[in-house]
Amino acid sequence: MKELLSLTFFIIILTSANGDWLNFRGSMGNGEANIKSISQLSNTAPTSWKTTLPGRGLSSPILVKDKIYITASSGPKQETLHVLCFSRDQGDLVWERRFQSTGRTICHEKTCVAAPTMTSDGKVVVAQFSSNDIFCLNLKGDLIWLRGLTYDYPNAANGLGMSSSPVVAQGVLIAQVENDADSFTTGINIKNGMSLWRKVRPKGANWTSPVLLRSGNTKKVVLQSQNGISIIDPKTGDEFWSFNEGASTIPSTTPTGEILLVPSNGMTALKGRMDQKSHTQLWQDNKLGPGTGSPAISGDHFFVINKANVLTCAEIDTGEILWRMRIKGPSSGSPVATAKHLYFFNEDGLGQVIEINKNERKLVSSIDLEETILCTPAISENAIFVRSDKHLWKLSGN
Amino acid sequence: MKIIPLFHIFIFISSGLFGMKEPSVAQLIQPLIDIKKFGTGNNAAIETWGKVASLPASDVPRLLSAMNQANDLGDNWIRAALSKISEKNQTSLPIQQIIKFIKDKKNKDDARKAAYDIIQTHNPKVTAKLAPSFLDDPAPDLRRISVALMIDQIKDIKSEAKKEKLLHFALNKAREVEQIKEINEGLKAIGQSVNVTNLMGFLVNWHTVGPFDNTERTGFDKRFRPEEQTGLDQKYKNAGKIITWSPFSTTEEFGMLNINKQYGEIKEVCAYAQATFKSKKSQPAHFRIGSKNAWKFWLNGKLLFARDEYHRGKTRVDQFVIDGNFKKGENLILLKICQNEQTQSWTKQWEFNFRVTDRSGTVIHSNENISN
Repeated sequence: MKELLSLTFFIIILTSANGDWLNFRGSMGNGEANIKSISQLSNTAPTSWKTTLPGRGLSSPILVKDKIYITASSGPKQETLHVLCFSRDQGDLVWERRFQSTGRTICHEKTCVAAPTMTSDGKVVVAQFSSNDIFCLNLKGDLIWLRGLTYDYPNAANGLGMSSSPVVAQGVLIAQVENDADSFTTGINIKNGMSLWRKVRPKGANWTSPVLLRSGNTKKVVLQSQNGISIIDPKTGDEFWSFNEGASTIPSTTPTGEILLVPSNGMTALKGRMDQKSHTQLWQDNKLGPGTGSPAISGDHFFVINKANVLTCAEIDTGEILWRMRIKGPSSGSPVATAKHLYFFNEDGLGQVIEINKNERKLVSSIDLEETILCTPAISENAIFVRSDKHLWKLSGN
Repeated sequence: MKIIPLFHIFIFISSGLFGMKEPSVAQLIQPLIDIKKFGTGNNAAIETWGKVASLPASDVPRLLSAMNQANDLGDNWIRAALSKISEKNQTSLPIQQIIKFIKDKKNKDDARKAAYDIIQTHNPKVTAKLAPSFLDDPAPDLRRISVALMIDQIKDIKSEAKKEKLLHFALNKAREVEQIKEINEGLKAIGQSVNVTNLMGFLVNWHTVGPFDNTERTGFDKRFRPEEQTGLDQKYKNAGKIITWSPFSTTEEFGMLNINKQYGEIKEVCAYAQATFKSKKSQPAHFRIGSKNAWKFWLNGKLLFARDEYHRGKTRVDQFVIDGNFKKGENLILLKICQNEQTQSWTKQWEFNFRVTDRSGTVIHSNENISN
């Protein structure tokens, strides 16, 4: 019981302190925000703003204290890598650091070099790019360290572009660099950028991101590939247990409490056992397979948008489908959710807000940003943040 | 009252007594130059970076010069420090010295571009004056700026004769594929044709031998006999048949060699392609390969790079740029191009293109008049 209470407290701190949003799909890596939500998104509200970005990007903004951090890539070959910091209130540029890629920058036209989302432990921010350049800076924009993983391993690249967003666990940055030619995941000391370990991973293009599986004060890292998932110790890269029935290489696993929702054979729910060496499969349903985006969590439910632009709500514990509704797609980013609302943008820039509960769903508002939006939004108290190739928006409630 | 530890007092006194000097600027910068692969040197760089980023604006040229000695990783450490210094000293940057650095072609291409970017960020009026001056520059990124400017200017010209003259001039100066394509399209629009294949130096005449087995992609790592015995008169026994080298050439504008034309649309196979390149001198070169198939590239028997990836995007010109060195006289270029098992319509291609340039992107043509 004591452990459960401390876990709950820890989760509340992670999701609500300063309204931080520290990773791809939020601080919990599952798209859930434990905050007061808004039913209307406005780009004309007094506290809303729009600012210009110096380059392209599919990466999401992350929120640390009163700042927003985001990446962009520019130049004829997208060789210029930008790490940017904006004020959360006004959208003013606080600092910008520009680097040159040391890895490959060729990507499919739809994606770009600034595809992975930054991560933070609240003290530093880390930016990884498709070129596998990694930059760790403090919140003031001072460089702490950098690495060029394709500079180190010249075949670590994907001709279509890489998009895996890193995470930090127990002082270790987990960078998944998985591809057809030289596929690996590495754990890097967040203090000095030195590799603590490097594990060879299944060969094959992989655009999924690692997520954290929390248990009490410990964190394990979930790596996903075409083979399935592997639960590893962030400090050593050693495997606790694995699931080997295959998994998607685009949408990522979604953690919620001690359950993992894995995009495998539709959707498969797994839970690690007490021995930490094996797992229990809770359910599997091929009707719950996601399209490009990953699922979002809201309380006891999860939400999936499939390739046919159908949004499905199901119960986490049982996989029971509660309702379905058609949305306006297609959508490349993942949805994000609060207790009351689900937010997502389609590729045409149409933001849609769905009121959600166990029995009902209703489109309550939408906003057309009139630009291509491929990213997953970030949420904070009374606002959501979203980007295109050209702009970053703060959309407040009316 | 704060108590100062005795040890610190000793250090303070002894440093004064024995003349312990503050590290020089060169000593501060050195760890950023010494950065190597795999994070080697990170600890020393972390130690010094804050001090380097606190140097006065007058030290900007010195930092730029340090980039001449650093590798690409060191360049980024230095770039971050330059960014911080420039941000703090926007009005006191030594603009004239930075311009001098940009103009000095002995400086490394990337360092000169970094210098250009500093001025572009803080004083774009200055770079606007510099921009047209790089048309013959060996630094590809600077040259591209001038060519882009010229392309924009040509778009506004009404006179077809003047346009044609300037487009030909721009084509002669351009080195980047996209710019060459854009200028070529401009020429086509006014009824002009250019031999782009020759202009860009695509190697169009090859000999190939194949197919060899690549079942389950195992052929990529298998050393078939053409890797050992490259003579064009060689005969190889493969799957019960004797196969030999045969001529293979292309007339496709961007030098694409479609191997399916040689052997049919078959799967799980490898083929070898070879060409002889006559270099008038011993010289460094950029070998520019395009292929959506897995491939290996040997120069004079030495494997320079291998890429085990299939159908991740389309074949592009200059998709891979490999550093190497020609010897004087005849050089043997050997490629292995592999096709995998995928059956989707977008995995039919079994193809490559190949050209050679110097570091500035200027084509190096094979000199057919020299003998080995």
